Amino acid sequence: MLKRTLHISSSPHITKGISTDDIMRNVVWALLPVSAFAVYAFGLSALLVLFTSVASCVITEHLLCRLAGKESTISDWSAVISGLLLGLTLPPGFPLWMTFCGGVIAIALGKFMFGGLGYNVFNPALVGRAVLQAAFPVAITTWQPAFASNRFDSTFSATFTFPFAEPAADGITAATPLAAFKFEGITTDAQELALGLVTGSTGETCAALIILGGIYLVMRNMMNWRIPVAVLGTVYILSGLFYLIDNESYPSPVFMLFSGGLMLGAIFMATDMVASPITSAGVVLYGAIIGLLVVVIRLWGGLPEGVMYAILIANAISPHIDNMIRLRVYGTAKRAMER
Amino acid sequence: MKIKWPGNSITGTLASFKHGVHPNESKELTDHRQIERMPFSDHFILHLSQHTGVPSIPVVKEGQKVRRGELIAKPGGFVSVGLHTPVDGTVTAIDLFDHPKGQMSPAIKIKTDPFSPQISRQPPVPSPEQLPLNTFIELVQRAGIVGMGGAAFPSHVKFSVPEGKECKVMMLNGCECEPYLTCDHRVMVEYSQELLDGTSILQHFIGAEAIYIAIEANKPDAIHILDQACQVSELPIEVVPLKVKYPQGAEKMMISAILGDEIPAGKLPLDVGTMVSNVGTIVALSQYFRKSLPLVERVITVSGTAVRRPSNLLVPIGTSMREVVDYCGGLTDELARILLGGPMMGVVQKSLEVPVLKGTSGILALSHDEVSDFDTYTCIRCGRCLDACPLFLNPARLGLLARKSLWDEMEDNHVLDCFECAACSFVCPSGIPLVQSFRVGKAMVREKKARMASEKG
Repeated sequence: MLKRTLHISSSPHITKGISTDDIMRNVVWALLPVSAFAVYAFGLSALLVLFTSVASCVITEHLLCRLAGKESTISDWSAVISGLLLGLTLPPGFPLWMTFCGGVIAIALGKFMFGGLGYNVFNPALVGRAVLQAAFPVAITTWQPAFASNRFDSTFSATFTFPFAEPAADGITAATPLAAFKFEGITTDAQELALGLVTGSTGETCAALIILGGIYLVMRNMMNWRIPVAVLGTVYILSGLFYLIDNESYPSPVFMLFSGGLMLGAIFMATDMVASPITSAGVVLYGAIIGLLVVVIRLWGGLPEGVMYAILIANAISPHIDNMIRLRVYGTAKRAMER
Repeated sequence: MKIKWPGNSITGTLASFKHGVHPNESKELTDHRQIERMPFSDHFILHLSQHTGVPSIPVVKEGQKVRRGELIAKPGGFVSVGLHTPVDGTVTAIDLFDHPKGQMSPAIKIKTDPFSPQISRQPPVPSPEQLPLNTFIELVQRAGIVGMGGAAFPSHVKFSVPEGKECKVMMLNGCECEPYLTCDHRVMVEYSQELLDGTSILQHFIGAEAIYIAIEANKPDAIHILDQACQVSELPIEVVPLKVKYPQGAEKMMISAILGDEIPAGKLPLDVGTMVSNVGTIVALSQYFRKSLPLVERVITVSGTAVRRPSNLLVPIGTSMREVVDYCGGLTDELARILLGGPMMGVVQKSLEVPVLKGTSGILALSHDEVSDFDTYTCIRCGRCLDACPLFLNPARLGLLARKSLWDEMEDNHVLDCFECAACSFVCPSGIPLVQSFRVGKAMVREKKARMASEKG
């Protein structure tokens, strides 16, 4: 018999065969229709914003790994997700240099500082966006109209703002449905919201495609469906209650669900596995907290939109939820858990 | 006793436990193949540690002639059993040999007498129905009978019901939830009469109120044959088909599935009035008392796509893996790993020169396509391991604690309850060696406990 080299390893010797980079890649696939619609609705500028944010995230991750003397981790595709999500939450005409800064911050501050994939306390994309919101409050609330006629052959004027210069105001701005409601009391038709015929951040407008991406991931068992269901359910019930009490000053629950970044946030950002609790009961509580915060910020806060802060706050609570809610181990008495 | 069976009769689902995983069964390679008797090889290596507990003590000397079925090592204590030679031959060495667990371990080497007909001529064993309980227990110990499911726990210890405890339910474990393995399946199909006979011997001493043969639903022929045999039997026995799910064959999971009961942490099945035995063990019991043949051979499955002729074989204990594999047509170049036992809990081997033990249920030669090794990532807290763990442990947390060597915290998180089914590692997308780290954690916790106990005492 020939001499062979036998591989020694611990059991089990077979695996289910789904790896972390498979999961990450599938999240990217699920985000592609949303991204494609964003480019369709907002044109060249949206494409550039998405491309810039993905590139800056991937480059930052690669360089930081090299700097730390580790092997580059860009092949796990998680930086691509962060980049895509960051791009999708920015206005389509957001200056590219600011977008690039956002990507660097998302990865450096939101992910790498905590130790990289698996250790981030917050969703990196949202950390990037939160810093951008604080640093560039005007640019990040300057919304460009969807379906401009020349969107495929020219960019919005702010797109190519020179770094550190003030973005040019070109007058063709539009109000998002949430801002229109908050500051002017105008509600938008739910059907328009669901199909993405309105303005808003690059990728948050078409709820239908976002839901489709979510269903794809849930069917592949790559997303915890309890999180979006808990978030959206809480928002629907709470805002429904207020709507029943006073339908003059409070928006309808359907409007709440389909406007702003709620769909994108609930389906693609709150579900960041690393920054959410690990038990089924834990994620339901986590989702409910996000839903509650979204309603509170939107109805009574100074900002028209609160999804980002709601998720970031819930991310911070998440480890505590995991410490609080533990599964009852087989063969242990129920009371033994309460300690 | 309240029986939760057959699953949910309204929805027609089969009884099972919560959580668990469903690996590819891969049993089609061998599940239709009749058990073949493997020819005797030139020599046998019989390890003194075949079982859980104290090793046996040799009662033969080098150069001594022995007869098939003769005692060559006596029990080394209560949690220990006798060891017998499977062949007529000569003891050529009592020395250290490679043990499937990895280390060198004392064993008796026997050279086969090439001219012997290899017929057992041991004195007849008295009829068990005439025996008092303690003689029965002693004979089972002497016959070297151990649990054939894999752990090889001495059966007489299990059959000795302590004062104050009662065995109300006896379960015969024919789940065989490990992928690839089909030896229990074939034993149930081909030794159904011996199985029922062994059960009646045991029932004579135990007197259980109910006896269940638990079989996963992917063995319809075994279910059918045993169901028919049970219907004409005078025993309070029936077949319980269970859902195909790993680790359905674990004692705790079977009891959950059939009785809807949980064994309290750190306790034994007897604490909930239940005794679980592998079907092969019961057949061995029948063969000893009816045919005077102690445990000198067992049925194993030789499978995997890297072995040319996958088979179910009746193999004398002590046959080397190389002999078995060669008998099955040898290995192909696709071979990546070779193991003793199933792919979920089996032990990988570094050479083919280790012998089959009493607890060996299979030899698997897995090809590169069958073993999937992917890169290790950090834990992304996806929660798949929590949904897989049949004991509702938190493997993700335990894995992190193990990485930081926080053994006390691991104990607080119930690591000692883990029976290493490896469902968590199976589903982990980050390829984290969870079970491996739990084994280390368990050893560290036990070591610390032993140290503290010795300091106190």
